[in-house]
Amino acid sequence: MNQNYSTVAQRSSSALATNKVLRNTYMLLSLTLLFSGFTAALSMFMNMPPMTYLISVIGGMVIAMFVLPRFANSTAGIGIVFLITGMLGFGLGPILSMYASLPNGGNIITLSLGGTGVIFMGLSAYALATRKDFSFLGGFLMVGFLLVLLAAVANIFLAMPAMSLAISAVVIMIMSGFILYDTSRIIHGGETNYVLATIGLYMTIFNIFISLLQILGIMGNDD
Amino acid sequence: MDWMQIISALALAMFIVILFPTVLDRMKNSPKGTSSDWMGFVVPMIVIALFVMLLIALV
Repeated sequence: MNQNYSTVAQRSSSALATNKVLRNTYMLLSLTLLFSGFTAALSMFMNMPPMTYLISVIGGMVIAMFVLPRFANSTAGIGIVFLITGMLGFGLGPILSMYASLPNGGNIITLSLGGTGVIFMGLSAYALATRKDFSFLGGFLMVGFLLVLLAAVANIFLAMPAMSLAISAVVIMIMSGFILYDTSRIIHGGETNYVLATIGLYMTIFNIFISLLQILGIMGNDD
Repeated sequence: MDWMQIISALALAMFIVILFPTVLDRMKNSPKGTSSDWMGFVVPMIVIALFVMLLIALV
């Protein structure tokens, strides 16, 4: 009997911990997205050159891969997440300025932003409502991501618009899969650090937004 | 080819090299999904693809 009570207590304690990670992740994610929006607006206002995007993305990725994991369990980790997301947002400024200068640029940006929000919220709601375990996607998504990176390197030299379009479409699919995978990991206790969970989800949102911009930019261009 | 393209290619290549051990690890250690699990993934992906097509039609 006591063992039953103990099991129930352990389960409810685990569920509470999961809910706390989920709540903290979404709270930090909301704040970082707002901060990114602010730094992107700042970058547009400052009229930063296109190379800003490249420098910000490389800098943000290096910090995310090598610095963040060391501080993920301390309060400094939150500051580093804001640094990374602020840098990535700042890098978006010149890209947004470029799209805004297109004839229907405002429409492209609004649709990309709205589309990214709908995709993220829809898939998160799906993972949370069904509580399915998507851990089986781990290998598939990583291999897919690696292949997309190889294709992206090839396309830097080939510069084929059709390939660029295909890469963006595949990136949206893979990042959508990562939203399911990451959310499922939080729900099932595979990810207990909300700082790392936030940066993972932020990267998926960032990549979906950039890919949607590219797809809608190419398809919406009549020339 | 300008220097920005070269730096982009180098950065992506570096990222691939760093990512490679994680890819191998996930391939070896990920649990296998049943056909029902895969359907639970494929259906939302089809919905996302249709949604992107809708966005393209709207632009």
